[in-house]
Amino acid sequence: MLAAAPVTTAYAQQITVWAGDTGTGGKIFAEMGKAFEAENPGVTVVVEEVSYQTLVESLPVQLEAGEGPDIAIITDLGGLSRFYQDITPYVDAAYFEQEWGQTLQWLRGGDAQSTAIYGMPTTLTVNGAYVNLTLFEQAGVPVPAEGATWQEWAEATRQVAAATNTEFAMEMDRSGHRFASLAISYGAQLVDSEGRPVVDDGLRAAIEQFVAWHQDGTMPMDLWGAVGGATHRELFSDFLNANTVLYFGGSWTLAQMDSEVGDLFDWAVVPAPCGPSSCTVMPGGGAMTVFSHTQNAEIAGKLINYYAQPANLDHYISTEVEIPSAASQIANGVEYPSASARTSEALATFINQIPKMDAAAYRFQGWRYQRAMMNALTTRISQVLNNELTVDAAMERIEEDVNLAIQAAGGQS
Amino acid sequence: MSARVQLASIAGVILSLPARLVEPAMSGIQRGLGIKRMPWVFLLPNLVAVVLFALLPVFINVFYSMSGSDRLFPWDRPFVGGANYQSLLDCTNYLDPSTCSRDLFWRALGNTLVFVPVQVICMIAIALLTAICLNRDIVGRGFFRGIFFFPVMLSPVVVALTWQWILQRNGALNGLISAAGLTPVNWLVFPNTAFFWSVFVTVWAHMGFYTIILLAGLQAIPRDVYEAAKMDSATPWRVFTRITLPLLKPVMLVVFILAVIRSVQTFDELYVLTGGGPGSATMLMVQYIYEVGFASQPRNFGLASAASLFLGLALLIFTGIQMRISRGGNND
Repeated sequence: MLAAAPVTTAYAQQITVWAGDTGTGGKIFAEMGKAFEAENPGVTVVVEEVSYQTLVESLPVQLEAGEGPDIAIITDLGGLSRFYQDITPYVDAAYFEQEWGQTLQWLRGGDAQSTAIYGMPTTLTVNGAYVNLTLFEQAGVPVPAEGATWQEWAEATRQVAAATNTEFAMEMDRSGHRFASLAISYGAQLVDSEGRPVVDDGLRAAIEQFVAWHQDGTMPMDLWGAVGGATHRELFSDFLNANTVLYFGGSWTLAQMDSEVGDLFDWAVVPAPCGPSSCTVMPGGGAMTVFSHTQNAEIAGKLINYYAQPANLDHYISTEVEIPSAASQIANGVEYPSASARTSEALATFINQIPKMDAAAYRFQGWRYQRAMMNALTTRISQVLNNELTVDAAMERIEEDVNLAIQAAGGQS
Repeated sequence: MSARVQLASIAGVILSLPARLVEPAMSGIQRGLGIKRMPWVFLLPNLVAVVLFALLPVFINVFYSMSGSDRLFPWDRPFVGGANYQSLLDCTNYLDPSTCSRDLFWRALGNTLVFVPVQVICMIAIALLTAICLNRDIVGRGFFRGIFFFPVMLSPVVVALTWQWILQRNGALNGLISAAGLTPVNWLVFPNTAFFWSVFVTVWAHMGFYTIILLAGLQAIPRDVYEAAKMDSATPWRVFTRITLPLLKPVMLVVFILAVIRSVQTFDELYVLTGGGPGSATMLMVQYIYEVGFASQPRNFGLASAASLFLGLALLIFTGIQMRISRGGNND
């Protein structure tokens, strides 16, 4: 294994790592970076915490100009693929393939033949629904069992909301990624194996259902209706304040639930609601990638190889209370000493959704134009909710928007 | 000689050094060029800055608007001619944005054409009214001047977030409405109310700046003109329309142009407050350009550049109309 091999450096070299401001930011990577520095004299690891918005909007522009950090933890794995540096010579490639086979493919920008390793997937995130069990209990409505459909959940939460005078039955983050869970469970493919956008009956059915829930008041207009463009918005505070019975967000808010709600009310993460096609949610997550403009590719590769060692990975995942992305961690489980029993249970539910994920969900997640499709979904569905477009027109626009994005990128799928 | 005097004389010598060096150099240049050409020497540094940082970017923008691909560097971008303009202008019916291939561009353009006149007129009217009130001898005049100017010092994002907390479903305004026994309104969910609050928030945030300029203009009007009008028993409305407004006209023109430029550039407050929604009800041109050129992935720099040139054109038209109105007024 390459892990322990120190880097031979004749003069001082600095590696800059950008980490998002969620969780503990880059604190753990900075801490582990010190250990790497001790093993590799002359190397300095600078971990900078930046906002998520910076990673999504500023970093790509900097990369385009050949600037930016040497390494960053990013979430648009496919979209930034042309800026990555192949670090295969500096890492234990067999170990990386064994642990992250599927997620490494997301970093290859749709090149099925590529075996390059561009970085290390850090955590896996999973979309999912949080429900307020106390409200269900107060309403005397049974919580739908695993395998319940989206409609059954909508009906049950409506009954709970009516019985307990709760403002809303269901809410969903204004995010194309969250909507994709619903769409794929309704049979939408979103992207085909050639990397072309797919606008099908599954997507139509999901949009129609989603619009109906907004029209009948099951979902509030505040998120998808009140906001325009590609703006991301979430109102998890509504769930924290018991203003909604079900909130469809993701695994990254578990720590917030634990710290802010605690035992104030009973809550749980529930198995993925089912559509006519599948009971899937979307996978997601971050990856630590090396960028091609770096002057220190070897050290950057070795640093990532160091972070990828099982002990370091376990330390990171258990401290961050995140879902692991490495196959052995998923199989063996990870201890979360700082998490409550309820959070551990919720994490287990999230992890249990991974085997149920539809192939279309994985394909969509690794697609280079995923963000273009997600932006089109939020923009166009909001227009439908505000009577600016019909569902048919929205479907056409979504396809046009993504095709325009592909055209802007030189037509490469 | 004391140490302080010694230090002062050393400082004086150091400070006068550039002048001693520059003076002979300038004399030499003047001898070479002649006195008539000397203004160009002084203009040169500014001209270089304007060409490099204002004119050149405009030409670069024109090139980008005629090139494709998501690559940043010009040499990586293939020339596509008028394709981006064609894409923006491709409409079956220009009065119905949904028939245009870039429908959001037309919605943003339409919103901008409504937003700018409404916001500018409201802002100048309120700023003028406020300036007239603050120009009077009222108690706590300095305090009120500070209060009205205060929002100008706030970051637009802070302004937008503050108003979002006030206007959202469970916000402060609905709290007051509920306390008064009335039905709360979800202000940012309906296109009309969202548009109203967009205008209101931007007026609230910026009017202080224009109030200060107008106040300075009001204070420059000689008092004896008002005293003469008072002796003639002129009504307040007549004083306002025949003395205040005409004498304030040059200042008003400056305020008008600044307000229009700022209004057309409106982005940050609305992006945070409504994100351009509901639907696209408050999406303005700058947000469209931002979304196409920076928020989307891959970034469509060509389309964003073409749209930004349309924005520049819109600004030129607005400014031209103002100049025409102002010239017409001066001829009266």
